[in-house]
Amino acid sequence: MTLTEGMDQVFVLLKHWLVGLAGPHWQPLLSDLISVAALIATFATLFAVTTLLERKGLGRMQNRFGPNRVGPCGVLQPLADGVKALIKEDIVPSGADKVMHFFAPLVLVVPVFLALAVIPVGRNMAALDLDSGVLFFFAVGAATELSVFMAGWSSRNKYSLLGAMRAVAQMISYEVPLILSAIAVIMIAGSLSTVEIVKAQAGYSGVIPHWYVLTPWGFAAFILFMIAAMAESNRAPFDLPEGESEIIAGYYTEYSGFKFALFFLGEYVGMFAVSGMAVTLFLGGWHAPFSFLTWVPSWLWFFAKLIALICVFIWVRGTLPRLRLDQLMNFAWKFMLPMALLDMLAAGLWHFIPAVSARWLVCSALVLGAYAMLARGLIQGRKVAKRTYQYAE
Amino acid sequence: MTSLDAYLLFGALLFSIGLAGALIRRNAIIVLVGIELMLNAANLNFIAFWRFGPHPEALTGIMFVLFSIGVAAAEAAVGLALIIAVYRHYRTANVDQIDSMKG
Amino acid sequence: MSVAFFIIALLTLLSAVAAMTLRNLIHCALALAFTFAGLAAAYLQLGAQFVGFVQLLVYVGAVAILIVFAVLLTRGREPATQGIFSPKWPVGAAVALGVFGTLAGLLLSSRVLHHEAAAIAQAPVRQIGEQLMTHYIVPLEVLGVLLTAALIGAVILAMHERESDSPPPSKT
Repeated sequence: MTLTEGMDQVFVLLKHWLVGLAGPHWQPLLSDLISVAALIATFATLFAVTTLLERKGLGRMQNRFGPNRVGPCGVLQPLADGVKALIKEDIVPSGADKVMHFFAPLVLVVPVFLALAVIPVGRNMAALDLDSGVLFFFAVGAATELSVFMAGWSSRNKYSLLGAMRAVAQMISYEVPLILSAIAVIMIAGSLSTVEIVKAQAGYSGVIPHWYVLTPWGFAAFILFMIAAMAESNRAPFDLPEGESEIIAGYYTEYSGFKFALFFLGEYVGMFAVSGMAVTLFLGGWHAPFSFLTWVPSWLWFFAKLIALICVFIWVRGTLPRLRLDQLMNFAWKFMLPMALLDMLAAGLWHFIPAVSARWLVCSALVLGAYAMLARGLIQGRKVAKRTYQYAE
Repeated sequence: MTSLDAYLLFGALLFSIGLAGALIRRNAIIVLVGIELMLNAANLNFIAFWRFGPHPEALTGIMFVLFSIGVAAAEAAVGLALIIAVYRHYRTANVDQIDSMKG
Repeated sequence: MSVAFFIIALLTLLSAVAAMTLRNLIHCALALAFTFAGLAAAYLQLGAQFVGFVQLLVYVGAVAILIVFAVLLTRGREPATQGIFSPKWPVGAAVALGVFGTLAGLLLSSRVLHHEAAAIAQAPVRQIGEQLMTHYIVPLEVLGVLLTAALIGAVILAMHERESDSPPPSKT
């Protein structure tokens, strides 16, 4: 085994060695436990890193420093936040439904970690290789809506309930384009297994990889998937459920201390899960972006792509203002849904047109035409006039 | 491995719970929930028969359940829309009080 | 009888009973979501992976949420003193018990059912997809039409009617 292969498989070999230490009866259980522990440890660490990255990055975008007091340049800030969340008083409102108030964060955190299990983070490194992995991902993701509702309803607070209703309406609306844009990939790859989908994107033409994002339908589906993913994880510009200037903090207004930290964790890990799914479906999973870079370990590529997508999330959050509820719904049902359906049609045509140039032409024309028509439809009927300032001039 | 009759008993119990709920609750939504439970009990039976039947490779039970889930989703959507429409009209969702057709 | 089956069945049945008897309708809806999840676990245990995940996606993700919304939209000013069961509940309970007794008696007396599964049955997703697209294509299309009709019908039924937004007609 060469050095590059060894580096590539280092975690797989480590796990095999650890499992080999146990007796034959305990090996399957130990194997699962190691996978779960590695998954939780990795993504919890990534959570800490991301909170810091987000606060620093947003700070830079808004011309301020961000956290810079704890440790050198503020790098120990997540640790301080964690300690603070742990030792803070856990307040439960007296009118709250105590049992549901307690269970809501758990119902959020457990499914998002479960969803991470099917994502291949490297060659031979999927914790759970299911025959219908993509379906599993979306099925467990469905439970997060219930969690948000439980949190908002059990708090017995009007802002919580408003936030929960907004969140559930938004998540249901954007789940449709999210799944439909994934279906285009499933149609072409011919499999619901995440490992198979990554395998289907192997190979290079010249130095360019065969990723689905580099096809007309794949690019459109990727953009749709990312927009829907931002809405699913309730992040700006789709952060109406927790719009602090309108409804305080939405469904977790009444949460404090460790339960709030769990919600925070769940939200970020949900973002990692859906970004990981985007990497798996469109960005070739753990494959290297250029054929001359294949010597870099596969897991490094996966996490590089994941962090790149997270940076896009942060960048969008720092750039765009919050949408209004009617704009949000119009966008989901009048633009995203028809666009995703037409994109599925384009993917089907791509599969059945044999000539390479012809399919590039047809699919590009279809996707661009659909985009132009739908965007025009979205803008029509809206009076766009130059804003006149009364006092700011 | 659990045998077929255990699953069928499980399904029968679930069906009866759903039936009891549909018959004795006053709120129309819970009546609908009871009907959903009965449908689910039937689905469980299909899966159990598929698994323990002589021809599991034919996938008939699986297909039936997939279609049944689709139909049940449509049924739930229309049923709940009906209940909301009725509620708008009578300001109640109690099945006992919606009795203007009673002679 | 395997332990896993026993736990799944017990939890599912308990949450089903809770969904049918709890006073608070939101609690009922959440207990129902738990029942659906328990059934999905039972499907997974039976080897029907695809159906189990579809059950989770459709029932927990859509039907349970729909029911929760319906409960919130129809939460009227009903006096809390009224019972949650209809006055003739013994009749309903007796019918349900009778049905269960009949089913259970038939099950336990039948001889054909007492055999174990021969081999591990599998339902590969690829095979399900191929069958759906060939042998079951007509039902699939009909289901699509049905779902579209249900979607439009539900929207029209629940649409807010401005004219008829008057107070409810007095009962005669």
